[in-house]
Amino acid sequence: MKELMQSLRESAVQAILNADDAEKLENLRVRYLGKKGELTAILRQMGKLSAEERPVMGQLANQLRAELETAIEKRRAELSRVMMQKKLEQETIDVTLPAKDMRLGHKHPMYSVLDQIKDIFIGMGFEIVDGPEVELADYNFTKLNIDEGHPSREWTDTFYFTEDSRILLRTQTSPMQVHAMETKSLPIRMIAPGRVYRKDEVDATHSPMFHQIEGMVIDKGVTMADLKATLNLVVEKIYGEGTVTRFRPHHFPFTEPSCELDIQCHKCGGKGCPTCKGEGWIEVLGAGMVHPKVLSGCGIDPDVYSGWAFGMGLERLAMGEYKITDLRLIFENDVRFLEQF
Amino acid sequence: MNLSRKWLNEFVELSLEEADDKRFAEAMSVSGSKVEVTEDLSASLKNVKVGRILSLKKHPNSDHMLVCSLDVGAEAPVQICTGAWNVHEGDLVPAALHNAFLPGGVKITKGKLRGVESDGMLCSLKELELTTHDFEYAAVKPAAILDDYHPIDPLKPSISSSIRAGERIYGKVCAAAVLSVEVAGVNLWRCGLDLGEKKVETVTDCQNIHADDLVAYDTGKDSICSPEDLHARQEEFPHCIPDGILILHEDCKPGDDVATLLGRDDHVVEFEITPNRPDCLCMIGLARETAVTFGKELKLHEPVVRADAGGRIEDLAKIVIEDAALCPRYTARMVRNVKIGPSPAWMKERIRNAGMRPINNLVDITNYVMLEYGQPMHAFDFSCVKDGEIHVRCAREGESIRTLDGNDRPLNPSMLCICDTEKPVAVAGVMGGENSEIVGDTAMVLFESACFNGPSVRRTATTLGMRTDASSRFEKGLDAEGTVRAVQRACELVEMLGCGEVVEGILDVYPGRKPQTTLKLEPEKINALLGTDIDEPAMRKILTDLGFGFDGDTILVPSWRADVEHYSDIAEEVARFYGYNEIPTRFTGGIATCGGFSDYQLCERLIGQTCRSLGLDEIITYSFISPSYYDKIRMSKDDPRRDSLKILNPLGEDTSIMRTTILPSMLEILSRNYNYRNREAALYEIGRIYRKRPDGLADEPRIVSLGAYGDGMDFFVIKAWIETLFRALGAPDPRFVQERENPSYHPGRCARVYVGETLAGVLGQIHPEVAANYGMDTEVYCAELSFEALYALKGGAPVYKPIPRFPSVSRDIAIVCDAKIPVGEMAEHILASGGKYLVGCTPFDVYTGHHIAEGMKSVAFSLSMRSDSQTLTDEDAEDTVRKVLEALKERFGAVMR
Repeated sequence: MKELMQSLRESAVQAILNADDAEKLENLRVRYLGKKGELTAILRQMGKLSAEERPVMGQLANQLRAELETAIEKRRAELSRVMMQKKLEQETIDVTLPAKDMRLGHKHPMYSVLDQIKDIFIGMGFEIVDGPEVELADYNFTKLNIDEGHPSREWTDTFYFTEDSRILLRTQTSPMQVHAMETKSLPIRMIAPGRVYRKDEVDATHSPMFHQIEGMVIDKGVTMADLKATLNLVVEKIYGEGTVTRFRPHHFPFTEPSCELDIQCHKCGGKGCPTCKGEGWIEVLGAGMVHPKVLSGCGIDPDVYSGWAFGMGLERLAMGEYKITDLRLIFENDVRFLEQF
Repeated sequence: MNLSRKWLNEFVELSLEEADDKRFAEAMSVSGSKVEVTEDLSASLKNVKVGRILSLKKHPNSDHMLVCSLDVGAEAPVQICTGAWNVHEGDLVPAALHNAFLPGGVKITKGKLRGVESDGMLCSLKELELTTHDFEYAAVKPAAILDDYHPIDPLKPSISSSIRAGERIYGKVCAAAVLSVEVAGVNLWRCGLDLGEKKVETVTDCQNIHADDLVAYDTGKDSICSPEDLHARQEEFPHCIPDGILILHEDCKPGDDVATLLGRDDHVVEFEITPNRPDCLCMIGLARETAVTFGKELKLHEPVVRADAGGRIEDLAKIVIEDAALCPRYTARMVRNVKIGPSPAWMKERIRNAGMRPINNLVDITNYVMLEYGQPMHAFDFSCVKDGEIHVRCAREGESIRTLDGNDRPLNPSMLCICDTEKPVAVAGVMGGENSEIVGDTAMVLFESACFNGPSVRRTATTLGMRTDASSRFEKGLDAEGTVRAVQRACELVEMLGCGEVVEGILDVYPGRKPQTTLKLEPEKINALLGTDIDEPAMRKILTDLGFGFDGDTILVPSWRADVEHYSDIAEEVARFYGYNEIPTRFTGGIATCGGFSDYQLCERLIGQTCRSLGLDEIITYSFISPSYYDKIRMSKDDPRRDSLKILNPLGEDTSIMRTTILPSMLEILSRNYNYRNREAALYEIGRIYRKRPDGLADEPRIVSLGAYGDGMDFFVIKAWIETLFRALGAPDPRFVQERENPSYHPGRCARVYVGETLAGVLGQIHPEVAANYGMDTEVYCAELSFEALYALKGGAPVYKPIPRFPSVSRDIAIVCDAKIPVGEMAEHILASGGKYLVGCTPFDVYTGHHIAEGMKSVAFSLSMRSDSQTLTDEDAEDTVRKVLEALKERFGAVMR
């Protein structure tokens, strides 16, 4: 009997080691250790043994069973590892193949710049206001201290809806200053971006429709020092820290004193180059102290309140920011253009 | 406005060493006179020297070139080849030497011309960017040199190629050999001629004759013939042309710099003058700004006129202003015994450097005064002013004038004119008429120095399409107080130049005199506006230097500063010279404001973000469109949206009305992308439309516009975009109702979007005819949603609902019903009638055809059921399904498949 078990061990261990898949291994388990298996068959012959031999043989048989079970388990683990490896191998992909098509939409570059500017002013306690584009000449001109004979009122410059030149397409966002002063409670800190219209033929730098951002602060004790402080901060946010600015007298009918803000040319550092047309400076925006006449025209007492305002063109800013060379691209909306931003 | 730094020194001593171009530009710009660009005139004329021609010889390898040896002030002479024949030994000429620069960026280098060394180039007027107005004596008259004769028909020459001295050409004209050429005066030469049998001497003004030339000599007239005299065409004498090298008759010597000789040793500063400062459109105005900017003295000169012509102007001329509103002042003086001729070099130089052209002494004087004082002037030939009367009036219907540029201009009654008793002789402030032009034999001149209404001059100039140096000054509104000084200066110059005698007296009609503008000096108010602490004496000094007067605390504004009328204007004057960049940079506080985006703006941002995350690109389109676009989108003829706001003066038809629908804008952009062969496009815009209001203004609601074409695009994609948008906004799920009537969309693939009874918009496939109108042969999908509706539907902050603790159960059902019944309606009905456990109903299959009767369809729904308090049993689920099936049967006649 001992010999039988010995030979069983040898053949079983060998068979287990040779089993090359889980199914075969299970079959071996049934064949050797199952209820009708070979070890059971051997044990059935125990009755023929003497009382002294039985415990010895029983012990041997249990050892053998344990031994085979361990071998099967070990082999099973091995096989499982191999199978997993094989599966992983089969599942290998070429990671350089193209990804699935996921379209991400793009913000229009000009509105990207606009949003950037809105965020700067929101951070400084400004609100954003919005108003009509079909506007009264009263708001676009008269209340802004632009008198009747002013060239910008000419039909060659401004789009009109009525023969009496009373209703027009706003030529600037400045009427929003008047709307804000007439409707908002003081103090006011606002910006008003929007579309404006002038009778310019389309070319690389002109469009009959373009965008401006107006800004205005009205409060007690507001001075030109506030104007400078705020705009310097804004310009640093837009053009980067350390941007050098200069304020230069200029003329707008609705601000007095008026100024233009230049930044030192970033290309040449102020020496003069083609980018700044040799001037060393690039004009960025126009601004000034709200004209006391405009204040009082809007029902605000200029002896109590003062204010400052600015206006800047958005297209030029976006073109500068993204190195866009032709204004027409902005309104052409070619997806090959839009998708670059 | 161009400012000559050389001329400026007459008023303000400021050398280039003291303020170089950069420093000058910076200082002037920050004090309010913006410098655009500064040009060093000498840079465009470099290394061009005066040369004396020592000798001339024919070029060995050319039949028309000359080789000159020149003294250019250097140790050794230089050799230059030239094709011009008007040069002679002893002439002084401008010689562009090696590495010279000529105007227009032309660089001259030495080289070989047909094998002969040439160290540079001799210059003509044109090459120096000059005309005979600059050097009248430089007009070239050629003689017909017979060696240069090229017959038009080589077989039938008018002059034999073998002609010899003394042989007749025709009539009294015969060939003559030139024996000698000697200078006989400016542009005059004494030539010794060999006529074969005899020799003669003659004086000629032809400049291209040299010894050994063969010329045509008219024995009758005793003159050497020009090609014109021989009735020859230019091509018959190709090198005998009225052009050539500039022969200098100036006070100069070899080696002198031509740039200096021409006054180009100057730096010209171009200013951008703002429209409120017409006083800076002249030398004196800019000199004043310069003086205050650099803290220098301003030297002004009061003109003095002798007026010794005899007689009084009052006896000779009369001025009547008929329209005082358009002509506040008209001042005139008269000059007799006028001698028209060239102006002196210094005057021509200043006029040239200011960017104008010298013409003749009288015209140059008017331009010079305009440049100096900013007062445009006009000079009339007084003999052409009928009855000696000047009437300043508007043109009469049907009148016209031929202006100095030779164009006939029809006039209209809004145009102010200067007239005599009969006809217009000038368009006021714009241009003079040819009928009273100063010409060579003009003897009496009336100088006009007037002030006209700015807008009127501007409109007249615009209507006539002729913006002149004068009109561009008048249109900004000039100082009426300046007319007398200007006319005095003109007369002073006439006497100085000796080009006429001034008649005593000034005619001065001044109906538009303005009162002196006064303001109170309020230093604390100025400092409060500027945020500065400038003391009163400093303010007074700035203002005084600028020409403001004081009477105690009262500021007397000078007449030329019509722009100053308010204390804020005074603040600007002070700030300009205190320095904008010296004003502190600080926040003075005030009341804090909260700021931030409004709900409305946040909603706009959210819609944009959602569109982009759906893969749509943002576009910006024009607000105006063409009226024909309504036809293009098949809008019905009686659609009220065809009533758009019309621009009365549009740039063109395509941008002539304000859009009442955003669809054409989207289609235009889709079509453009399609034409660019972009395979797909998915776009959005949040744009306004413009609805006419009874008050003439517009309601300008925003529309969310979506549009797309390309692979994988279909109705259900754009529908998904809209559902996603609603979800992103936290709005209730929208309902889609088939729309068959919208003419722009495919009648079978269009839906209206509702929430409850609120119509939020429309979506669908664009009608193939509309797509074809836009040149698109593909399926195009668009949606137009009301931003206001979306904003109104936007949900508030979400409230947490517990996550279900019990699993849901699902059951699929399939029913057969009439094919016309919309699945969406059935799904809605299922949800409404399924009982408390039914939480979801998703249609997942629609089938027609095999096994389904004609006109019927099979629809499969997946029902999802759940309870918050228990796990549902099979019975609960079956019960729900039964309810649903009964409801479908009752409402739609649907039966289980």
